[in-house]
Amino acid sequence: MASAIGIIFANLHEENVPELVRRRTMASIPYGGRYRIIDFVLSNMVNSGITTVGLMTSNNYRSLIDHIGSGKDWDLARKDGGLILLPPFSEKHDKLYTTRLEALNSVTGFLNRRKEKYVVLTDCDGVMRVDIANIIEQHENKNADITLVTHYGKVGNRADFMLIGADKDGRVNEIKLSPHVESGKKADIFINMMVINRQFLLNLVEDSVTHGFSSFEGDILIKQLDSLKIYRYDYQGYYAGIDSMAAYYKHNMELLNKEVRDELFGARDIYTKVRDSAPSKYGEAAVVKNSLISDGCEIEGVVENSILFRGVKVAKGAVVRNSIVMQDNIIGQKTSLDCVITDKNVVVSDRKTLGGCSTLPYYIPKGTRL
Amino acid sequence: MQRKKECVAMLLAGGQGSRLYALTTNIAKPAVAFGAKYRIIDFPLSNCINSGIDTVGVLTQYQPLVLNEYIGNGQPWDLDRTYGGVHILSPYQAKTNSSWYEGTANAIYQNLHFMKMYNPEYVLVLSGDHIYKMDYAAMLKAHKATGADCTIAAINVPLSEASRFGILNTNPDGSIYQFEEKPKAPKSTLASMGIYIFSAQKLFNYLEADDANPNSSKDFGKDVLPAMLNAGEKMYSYRFDGYWKDVGTIASLWEANMDLLGDSPEFDIADKSWKIHSRNPLAPPEHIGENGVVKNSMVALGCEINGVVENSILGSNVIVEDGAVVKDAVVLAGGVIKAGASVSYSIIDENVTVGKKANIGVPKDPTAEIVVLGRGINVADGVTVSKGQMHEKDILA
Repeated sequence: MASAIGIIFANLHEENVPELVRRRTMASIPYGGRYRIIDFVLSNMVNSGITTVGLMTSNNYRSLIDHIGSGKDWDLARKDGGLILLPPFSEKHDKLYTTRLEALNSVTGFLNRRKEKYVVLTDCDGVMRVDIANIIEQHENKNADITLVTHYGKVGNRADFMLIGADKDGRVNEIKLSPHVESGKKADIFINMMVINRQFLLNLVEDSVTHGFSSFEGDILIKQLDSLKIYRYDYQGYYAGIDSMAAYYKHNMELLNKEVRDELFGARDIYTKVRDSAPSKYGEAAVVKNSLISDGCEIEGVVENSILFRGVKVAKGAVVRNSIVMQDNIIGQKTSLDCVITDKNVVVSDRKTLGGCSTLPYYIPKGTRL
Repeated sequence: MQRKKECVAMLLAGGQGSRLYALTTNIAKPAVAFGAKYRIIDFPLSNCINSGIDTVGVLTQYQPLVLNEYIGNGQPWDLDRTYGGVHILSPYQAKTNSSWYEGTANAIYQNLHFMKMYNPEYVLVLSGDHIYKMDYAAMLKAHKATGADCTIAAINVPLSEASRFGILNTNPDGSIYQFEEKPKAPKSTLASMGIYIFSAQKLFNYLEADDANPNSSKDFGKDVLPAMLNAGEKMYSYRFDGYWKDVGTIASLWEANMDLLGDSPEFDIADKSWKIHSRNPLAPPEHIGENGVVKNSMVALGCEINGVVENSILGSNVIVEDGAVVKDAVVLAGGVIKAGASVSYSIIDENVTVGKKANIGVPKDPTAEIVVLGRGINVADGVTVSKGQMHEKDILA
């Protein structure tokens, strides 16, 4: 594979799931029992041979830094490259960046120092297992300036999205920014991953500064659609776009399907931070059906169609159904949860009944004691 | 300031563990899997780091591949250090005085230069055969307080079992006046745990003397410790009252696994104040299926369970298919128990496939004996393996 570096935007799209990012970044949203969204993004890069990854953060990034550490759990603690944190940096008179383009402008030093030919830009609003080497290969074969990764699916609830139209050869000939779309309609959606030549990206950024551009999508992709060689890569695998609380819930629950699990985890190559929890313990009275259980759990009650993160305790007589229970929760005796998302470190005392519905799961914020 | 380490640990991990039969055909005993996701060596290594001892020599000899691979650079135990850390010490060639390790004392003797590199005041000698949580720092404190030359950790064992151990006969102040290796008529029930702290210079002197003695079997219990006692060195016992289990036999390995289960387990492996570190499997959370039943069991990551699992320990990535029943069993990582099969009172080593409707073992009762299936074997559909059998090769229909 040709050489490439990765740049991950940790904070973009947070407006879609405000509850989950109140105290964390999009990238560090817990997902699938023992992961955070960034684990999938980073694992895809590492498994595709990308070993230099810049992680752009703008705010609330403490939980992200805690999760990432030195990058060793993703094999990214390297002398050459590895994981490079790119927190906000500005001269006194500059204001903090707010857009993708401004963000890129703040890391031109990093982009300049590297020698790799390509840059893979990706956001943290989707979960998938994709071989990026294939995307880069297509990018090279087409001799493209930019390759946008698209997925044919329902548009969903995104506040901002791009629909991509392309000719037979895959050359993009139409980009629509957040058009009105009937709900449930399927289309080729840009899934916020692209490949771009590093030197070309540097030129684009420099050019944008002189022209006072601020939007990568509006000012570069759309305005320069005809002059640039923009291609699309049609990603056909499983894609979970996290664009609302309902989508977060729905896609987590999809992991209870063996096919989805096999596609994401079958090769056992999604890395995450190691916590050294003990294996989970199931008590004499435990009844667990169709659920994912992470390490360090202690289950004495009933768990059905649910996802339990690490270190969750479910007491005797408790019933957890259709719920996502995050790290280190304690669910008290005879308490029942149905369609609930409990964030980290929630304690629900005995004999409580909490419920939501699958399209509007009841969310309990981090650290709540009920 | 001269760089030094106050205490260096030497972990004897070269033993074959012949009483574990098929389980140690291809791997050294300290690498044997335990408690769903651990290996035996996780316990002494975790005890070391939790006790603040960050320099550990691991002496390997028998089938070291899995063990070496597992320890790697020591990072899972925080033992990847620029000064100190974990080091694999295998037998080596030299112009003189080198050979395979001939006994526990000889193994340490051949690595004198390793210990001297750190200029330690104390040397902690450990073995890789036991499941326990122990604060070696507290033992070292006692060693300093008594001014001993050698301190031996000791635990009370039932009188009926005392003749299996090295027995310490002590004065009321804990000082040792007699040391009996596996006595037929034990005078006390205080057994050596095989954990010694030596004042480093004394140890070096006695190891050199022991090496020069042609009549020595070069063993700590049989030679070095008695020699020190006879010479009048100050030797003390250090009482340990916690959980400690020798997992050197199939029965004791099975029991120690079962000791992890229950509401108030004999051995609390989830104790956050004394974490047992290990190399973690790269696997998603376990999935318990629509027909899965899991009771009184411990299950590691990556398992897919659609059958019945009771009173059992499952390692990572174990598959229990529909209608299969696993009871009173230890199934190590990567096992596949196919539809309708039953596994009772058994230890199934890593990556074993048990065919459809096969019957492994018999229900646990006082006359039952544990079945052992060795690493990586395949058991054909419908096969019956009766109590107490051990298999190391595929079992055909």
